[in-house]
Amino acid sequence: MIERRPGLTFLSHVILLAGVAVIAFPLYLTVVASTQSAEQITQSIPMSMLPGTHALETYKTALFGGESAAGSRIAGAAPMMWVSLVTALIIPLGKITMSMLSAFAIVYFRFPFRNLVFWMIFVTLMLPVEVRIGPTYEVVASLGMLNTYAGLSIPLIASATATFLFRQFFLTVPDELVEAARIDGAGPMRFFKDVLLPLSATSTAALFVIQFIYGWNQYLWPLLMTTSEDMYPVVMGIKRLIGGDSYTEWNVVMATAILAMLPPAVVVMLMQKWFVKGLVDTEK
Amino acid sequence: MASITLNNVIKIYGSGKTANQVIHGVNAEISDGEFIVVVGPPGCGKSTLLRMVAGLEEITGGEISIGGRVVNDLEPSERDIAMVFQNYALYPHMNVFDNMAYGLKIAKVPMDEIKARVAKAAKILEIGDYMQRKPRELSGGQRQRVAMGRAIVRQPQVFLFDEPLSNLDAKLRAHTRLEIQKLHRELGITSLFVTHDQVEAMTLAQRMIVMNAGVMEQFATPDEVYSAPASTFVATFIGSPPMNLLKNAPEARPGTILGIRPEHLEITPGGWGLSVDAIETLGAERLVYGRWLHGGGDELVIIRTDEGQAVPELGSTIHVTPRADRLHWFDAATQKRIVRPQ
Repeated sequence: MIERRPGLTFLSHVILLAGVAVIAFPLYLTVVASTQSAEQITQSIPMSMLPGTHALETYKTALFGGESAAGSRIAGAAPMMWVSLVTALIIPLGKITMSMLSAFAIVYFRFPFRNLVFWMIFVTLMLPVEVRIGPTYEVVASLGMLNTYAGLSIPLIASATATFLFRQFFLTVPDELVEAARIDGAGPMRFFKDVLLPLSATSTAALFVIQFIYGWNQYLWPLLMTTSEDMYPVVMGIKRLIGGDSYTEWNVVMATAILAMLPPAVVVMLMQKWFVKGLVDTEK
Repeated sequence: MASITLNNVIKIYGSGKTANQVIHGVNAEISDGEFIVVVGPPGCGKSTLLRMVAGLEEITGGEISIGGRVVNDLEPSERDIAMVFQNYALYPHMNVFDNMAYGLKIAKVPMDEIKARVAKAAKILEIGDYMQRKPRELSGGQRQRVAMGRAIVRQPQVFLFDEPLSNLDAKLRAHTRLEIQKLHRELGITSLFVTHDQVEAMTLAQRMIVMNAGVMEQFATPDEVYSAPASTFVATFIGSPPMNLLKNAPEARPGTILGIRPEHLEITPGGWGLSVDAIETLGAERLVYGRWLHGGGDELVIIRTDEGQAVPELGSTIHVTPRADRLHWFDAATQKRIVRPQ
């Protein structure tokens, strides 16, 4: 603020605190609920906002499975988290590799129908996943890839956004750098490996973070094409714990939700330095 | 033997109706070890010519030979050349050592040899202290020296310079010019240097190619270009302030243009009349801008006078006499130099 009026400063703080409260409160409630026992949640209305004492058992049940209070079986989240992790790693790595190479081809090579190819890739940006999900299911089913890691990740690898991002980045690399490399005797792939890849490091890191979260949060596609419990990602696991007719073990649900949030949060925190740098970096 | 031969070199962009010819048949023989400057106004094709020698542009017609070998179809890395770019073109993510070593690594030169060559070049260019720094940690002048170092370690037959001094400030430009001269004396490698600055051309060149709109107007030593320009373009391009060109000079044959340099007009009584328009004082000399009283009064003439001479009044009339042995005559139709029969 340019003016220094205590009233305005106070007001801005109030607004910011209110914003933080609105965002953090549900998270707080979730953590609190995961530390209580199932009876405490259902029986006290409203639910107590103070942390309970059942954290350890709740998380153990959430991770490794066990018996619920009503006698039904709860599936452990640990194997589901593993599935989520694998898909959340394959998808960004596959996406980055493919889009980088596509952008490289589009920017640095002249071939027939080059512009047409670029616009076709661009046009697929207008197709949301839901539009093509039926046909994709058919293809994956006929290839026998249902209920596999490959089926979970491969259809989601092609990305117009990532190709576009890398294309825009490659266009900012000065032509003289390419010419200097040519004079030094570097062929196209050598140039790609020695010059483009290192220069793209921050873009790649930013893309990795975004795509990791995207891959981790996949719900619709796994819902459609996985059929056995050992291939469910953790986001599906959360939903399945909330039974319509049968009794819901809310504390376990909340604990699973917290577990599901942890890996993306860790990834973002670890890579946030590169994440911001990758989106605004223009250093040459 | 690192001579360069340009044999009727032609460059055309596009084809058919949209064809644009930018180089119209350049012919030149450059001997081993010569420092040749290609100079001309922006858009004259000098960079295009250099890039054709480098292999970064296709040669549409004619032949270019380096060291006796026709290089038309060779890749840049096969032509045994090294290039220094206007914007340095250093790899931003590599330190100075890696920048200089990159080309040698690709050529699979052994590491000891690489280190030795880099150390030697670093010594000549005085960049030994910056080996571990990245380009963004260096000043413009330092970056340019690293770029030159990268060229030197390749030990090429030919150095190509593409306006390397244009991004430097005036003082650094003068300093780097001297360094390039020193480098050429020490290494003696055939060099092709492109610039739009005629001062750089005059000071660096052993011979220079003056280009205008894709045509080579003159290829001669700086002295010859200055004292015997082959066309009105060369006459006014080289030399600052430019040569005066007069269409209506007294005693001139019709259809000719008289050229006389500002320093060869003396203010004497009884000469040609001028009315003084403006005076610029440069310290060591003065520039007097005047208009011919003869022939319509609209041709501008510039005269150089020493600090010792009297300063003419603005608006007054002065008389100048040209030095008789410094007259240049050009044909008005072709703009080319006429050698007057004595």
